[in-house]
Amino acid sequence: MSAPSALLREPAGAGRDLNAQALRADARRESLRLLALLSPSLFLVFAIIIVPIGWLFWLSLFDEAGAFSTSNYARFFEQASYIKTFVTTFKVAFIVTGACVLLGYPLAYMLSQLPRRAASICLIFVILPFWTSVLVRTYAWLVILQRKGLINSWLIDLGVISQPLSLANNLSGVVIGMTHILLPFLVLPLYASMKTIDTDCLRAGMNLGASPAATFRQIFLPLSLPGLASGVVIVFVLCLGFFVTPALMGGGKVIMWAMRMEQTTSLYSNWGAGAALGVVLLGVTLALLGLFQWLLGARATGVWSQR
Amino acid sequence: MSIAPSALPISMRRIEKRFGSVSVLRDLNLDVEAGEFLTLLGPSGSGKTTLLMILAGFVRADGGSIRVGDDEIITTPPHRRNIGMVFQNYALFPHMNVFHNIAFPLKQRGVAATETAERVEKALELVKLKGLGERRVDQLSGGQRQRVALARAIVFEPRIVLMDEPLSALDKGLREHMQIELRALHRRLGMTTVYVTHDQREAITMSDRIAVMNAGRIEQLDKPETLYAAPKTQFVAGFIGESNFIPVECRNGSVWYEDRRIQTAGAPPVPGQHLMVVRPEKLRLVTAAEPSSGINVLDATVGDIIYQGDSFVCYAVLRDGRQLTLRDYCRSDVLARLPAPGQPIRLGLDAQDTILVAAER
Repeated sequence: MSAPSALLREPAGAGRDLNAQALRADARRESLRLLALLSPSLFLVFAIIIVPIGWLFWLSLFDEAGAFSTSNYARFFEQASYIKTFVTTFKVAFIVTGACVLLGYPLAYMLSQLPRRAASICLIFVILPFWTSVLVRTYAWLVILQRKGLINSWLIDLGVISQPLSLANNLSGVVIGMTHILLPFLVLPLYASMKTIDTDCLRAGMNLGASPAATFRQIFLPLSLPGLASGVVIVFVLCLGFFVTPALMGGGKVIMWAMRMEQTTSLYSNWGAGAALGVVLLGVTLALLGLFQWLLGARATGVWSQR
Repeated sequence: MSIAPSALPISMRRIEKRFGSVSVLRDLNLDVEAGEFLTLLGPSGSGKTTLLMILAGFVRADGGSIRVGDDEIITTPPHRRNIGMVFQNYALFPHMNVFHNIAFPLKQRGVAATETAERVEKALELVKLKGLGERRVDQLSGGQRQRVALARAIVFEPRIVLMDEPLSALDKGLREHMQIELRALHRRLGMTTVYVTHDQREAITMSDRIAVMNAGRIEQLDKPETLYAAPKTQFVAGFIGESNFIPVECRNGSVWYEDRRIQTAGAPPVPGQHLMVVRPEKLRLVTAAEPSSGINVLDATVGDIIYQGDSFVCYAVLRDGRQLTLRDYCRSDVLARLPAPGQPIRLGLDAQDTILVAAER
């Protein structure tokens, strides 16, 4: 009994908490210990994220002669080819994201409605392409889509068309290839969010007099939107930085942001300009993520609940 | 009780449901009177929820007929059945506020906006949530969600209301409060209600009649008082209230427990093995001097006595080793002559409280 009372001091004055100082010191020690435990990962984040991005940003501020200037950024507004690349990148990203939504939503819906066993088998087929390299898949699409490829020769043999369709080495080739590669990134989060929709909510909808179609429109669809939004963000952001597929399937006609970066650094050895492209891409991506975050946040605070 | 003009009787005939090779409902027949509060009571797996799902139209029966009033609804899709339902987890729409949740069934029926607002307001008032229409669902407590679900299920004045263990997610105090409130609401609106629960106290508190279900059949359909006082099977006696079972034999028109003749109120049962159902609160301590006419007296020793504040429980051991439970309130006269563990006692059971059921194999 005497040992604790010797350690715990009496309050120094009225109104002061008992052992307040000792407790504060203990809290300080605990946060220092936590910081020490966190330090390896903090160092890792610093070394592989903060330092390279800082370096990239630093590089972008020097022109070809090595002088400090903002000419790398001025180029975005002055050179038409830069603006065209920018527009192309967003155009492809919009089309591919749209195609992924149109294909992915029904697919995810079907998966979410299948019995557990069938769904997991079908999911394997969705994930399977992930295990094949992007390069291999892109070449496979070239084989299928090119002028004398599988599709064109079939269609000609069947007499559907007389002239081969130009499916590869242009925008449609890029869109087909990228849609195939990015589809799982939309389907998986969407499927996951659809699985969390309470079947009783859908039953309640029907019980309250909504036809199956009305139940889908008024209950299932709105409840699946957050999952759709996260899938859309992932696909859109990945599109912005995509390289292999547009480079191979575009036939040099579809120049996207990442391809322009590669040209600038490896063809013209202009590291400053390449770095500026990277910084702008990063900025645009972060801005988009911020926008989506804000939209989803607005939804959470009940903006959508009105309708 | 006022029967709302929309209240209709339900008549279920020969309902069959199998999941694979497992028979969940077997040749089930049940009539619910117009405006009645009927509870399906049973353990999990007894088929009570399946029956409710078949009534609501979410599960397709393998056979049978359901008539609501004069309409056969067994093949009617759920959205045309016009049956309100309160789900176990409430199933409120998380992307709509309270008002839009309750207005949902009215919107589906093309009710005009002004009338919708009026009726939602009235429903909110009925469930004591006036002024909470703009709240988001996730801002509500469990009890409030329960009330919103209830308001949504009755706002369109359905012919029938189904409830699937609606109070099971609430804590005990709130649950008991909601039982009384649901009961009062039912009295006021008089809609035909089918209620599912596995809680026998809840069923007894709320129901006009209770259908005790076991293994896909209705074991007994009766008023709560009748179910408690005169269970027809061992299952019902065991499921409703606390019971001890003592094997007895009927021969030559009288009932015997070992060498002691048991007096019963009703006509003697068919010869053979039976079980005597002994409710803990029907037993009492009797002194040696008390006459034993009209009372069945059992000799026992006290195993243990548990004090529970308002009452005490005495675990008594019969001569054959069987344990009997006696419960009584802590009145001073009872406490004064409370026996000690190990002491021999005499347990008295009135003849009219002596229930016999057929022994199940």
